[in-house]
Amino acid sequence: MTLDQLKPGERGVVTGWTRDEPPSRLLEMGLLQGTLLEIIRLAPLGDPIDIRIRGYHLSLRKHEAGLVEVQPV
Amino acid sequence: MRWTAGGTAPTLSVAAKAARLVALAGNPNVGKTTVFNQLTGLRQKVGNYPGVTVERKVGQVATGGSRAVQIVDVPGTYSLNPRSLDEEIAYRVLVGEMQGQERPDLVVCVVDAGNLERNLYLTSQVLDLGIPTIIALNMTDSSEREGVFVDAGALSRELGVPVYPLAASSGKGIEALKQGLCAELPSVPPRRWKMPAALQKEVDHLAQRLSVDVPQLSASMRFADALRALANTTAPRFETHHSAEFWQEVDAARERLRAQGTLYEQEEIIARYQWITPLAERVVQIRRKDGHRSVSERIDSVLTHRYLGPAFFLAVLLVVFQAVFSWAAPFMNWIEGGMSWLSALAANHLPPGLVRGLVIDGVLAGVGGVLVFLPQILLLFFFLGLLEDTGYMARVAFIMDRPMRKVGLSGRSVVPLISSYACAVPGIMATRTMDSQRDRLVTMMVAPFMTCSARLPVYALVISAFVPAAGHFGFVSYQALTLMTLYLLGTGMAVLAAAFLRNRLIKGSSSTFVMELPSYHRPRLRDVAWRMSERAKIFLTRAGTIILAVSIVLWFLAAFPQTKSDAPNAQVDSSTQLANSYMGRAGHLWEPMLKPLGFDWKIGVALLSSFAAREVVVSALGTIYSVGDSSDDVSSLKERLKADTYPDGTRVWSPLVAASLLMFFVLACQCMSTLAVVKRETNSWRWPIFMWTYMFALAWIASFVVYQGGLLLGWG
Repeated sequence: MTLDQLKPGERGVVTGWTRDEPPSRLLEMGLLQGTLLEIIRLAPLGDPIDIRIRGYHLSLRKHEAGLVEVQPV
Repeated sequence: MRWTAGGTAPTLSVAAKAARLVALAGNPNVGKTTVFNQLTGLRQKVGNYPGVTVERKVGQVATGGSRAVQIVDVPGTYSLNPRSLDEEIAYRVLVGEMQGQERPDLVVCVVDAGNLERNLYLTSQVLDLGIPTIIALNMTDSSEREGVFVDAGALSRELGVPVYPLAASSGKGIEALKQGLCAELPSVPPRRWKMPAALQKEVDHLAQRLSVDVPQLSASMRFADALRALANTTAPRFETHHSAEFWQEVDAARERLRAQGTLYEQEEIIARYQWITPLAERVVQIRRKDGHRSVSERIDSVLTHRYLGPAFFLAVLLVVFQAVFSWAAPFMNWIEGGMSWLSALAANHLPPGLVRGLVIDGVLAGVGGVLVFLPQILLLFFFLGLLEDTGYMARVAFIMDRPMRKVGLSGRSVVPLISSYACAVPGIMATRTMDSQRDRLVTMMVAPFMTCSARLPVYALVISAFVPAAGHFGFVSYQALTLMTLYLLGTGMAVLAAAFLRNRLIKGSSSTFVMELPSYHRPRLRDVAWRMSERAKIFLTRAGTIILAVSIVLWFLAAFPQTKSDAPNAQVDSSTQLANSYMGRAGHLWEPMLKPLGFDWKIGVALLSSFAAREVVVSALGTIYSVGDSSDDVSSLKERLKADTYPDGTRVWSPLVAASLLMFFVLACQCMSTLAVVKRETNSWRWPIFMWTYMFALAWIASFVVYQGGLLLGWG
């Protein structure tokens, strides 16, 4: 499944990307294969989402979240 | 700095340089500004890089020692693979590619102790450059409160560079850091992260090539340069020292890597984190209970809450607007009072004639008319600074991204657009942090539709003259209602124009929205105050230079050629003088174009002079309608407007003309400063010209519709 399908409070591990060239800014911010993440909340209108990775909070749109394959844990 | 012939080679400049140059780098939201302010105190200045007019903040460090240390602030960046303009500047300053800026002797990399792992990504890139580097481990106080402890000694051993623990907001550790800035330059550690062999081979090959092309570069700089050229596919190819042949080799290397299935862009980042992650685990100790929620997370559960979040944002907006419009009023009155006093003084002491006219109608009316807005601009910057420093601005972007995207903008457009309610110039400058060039352009192009404070005097004059003060609609007066309608018209137009421009005209890659939600921090009032004083200085400099010059030119155009009276010693009626002046002639010249909007040549003159700045229209009308010396005396000016007639007895200023004029001011980009800043930010004349043209065309059409439509309905 992809990151945008997780619900607030759920955790997952990044397993890969839905395309060959993921946005490099996401990688640089530390969202890499094996990274543990938690969905904190959605913005008031449901998008973007607030996730916690590597001890900090990152917000990204559902569109970008849809590129991230995750394994719920 | 260029490496090609004719430029200054860095080796030469090092010898000639007296002070040590330190660059202060780091991620956004790591308290870099506070560190900078603590290090320099008041010995700092904001200037521009020559040619590019990008802001450059430098200061002297009060070391108390023998060595002079100059420190330059580098815009906050997550990576040295630049995406936004701010990031490109950061990269250029560090590698010495920024014109007018020597390569730094030492880099201070500010990292957030509470977010060490991600911060070390940039650090690893900085270390690759081979410039002596020290780490300022900031925010140790707030991170320890959250149970995150960083072992500075261990971090120093792991990285191979000195680490100075800091709590910059309270000043803890600043003295030790100052000592570090003066001490012997630390040695540069060898690169510690390992990249895949295939990538390494290609990078070495390209670095080899660079040693022929640009032998001045140090070995580590060549390596970093080659790696960036190879792995960074999105950034512009701006390095001046790369030959076309070099890029051909880069393309060939990429081809070879792709053929072997090496995703070079990803692999570099992964390799860095493979070094960073275990390192961070060794030096960071986390002591807190399971299910611990940080203070920031608890604040966010309210401020980004589904219902409370938007409500809070709205409340913040209301407070800011209220402050900008009503708290500023007494200060504005003082400035106006001071200007009238100066005018009276000039009137009493200068003999009637050209000099007096120049001083009163030119200099004082022009500069004074603009100076009046200083309190509003300062208050706005105070609030924006507060919102920025607390970390709330990122939440605004988070909350507003979805609605803004519906109209073709992004969450990051919100702050620039709100700033534009005060003035489009800082609003447009605030777009620099946007990483999508397309979003940035669209935001810039619509920012001047937001009702800026310079439109207020115009609105106030016309509304008070033509909208009855007595009428009420519910509890809202007609005048207030009209003013609100004008604000809504401007904002609505910005939204429509954004949607149109994005779909039809401004192409480019769709934006990504990847943004850190930094921890909340208590703002340091001193930092906010310093930023305000910087703004005040910039604004006053402008008022004293550009606006002063324009005011004098406008006055000259209105005062010459001088109409000689037939009867000797008779005073020439000032409107006759104006009609025959250069400006009057220009007004007559474009009157045919304005006739369909209901404007006569006098309004045409006022519009022409308002091109310098919108509020000038008030003082221009004052001069035109010759209301004695106090041209900003609104009450008598509006009576004059209402009484003015054409030769056939019909009124020049019918309510319909007033509505048409208001419409024109809502839409037209009558502001030289805005156009100048767009030229500066886009580095081309194309966008300011386009901006002025499309906004003028819209204004003309809208005024035409209002006026002609009104005539058809018999309202004339």
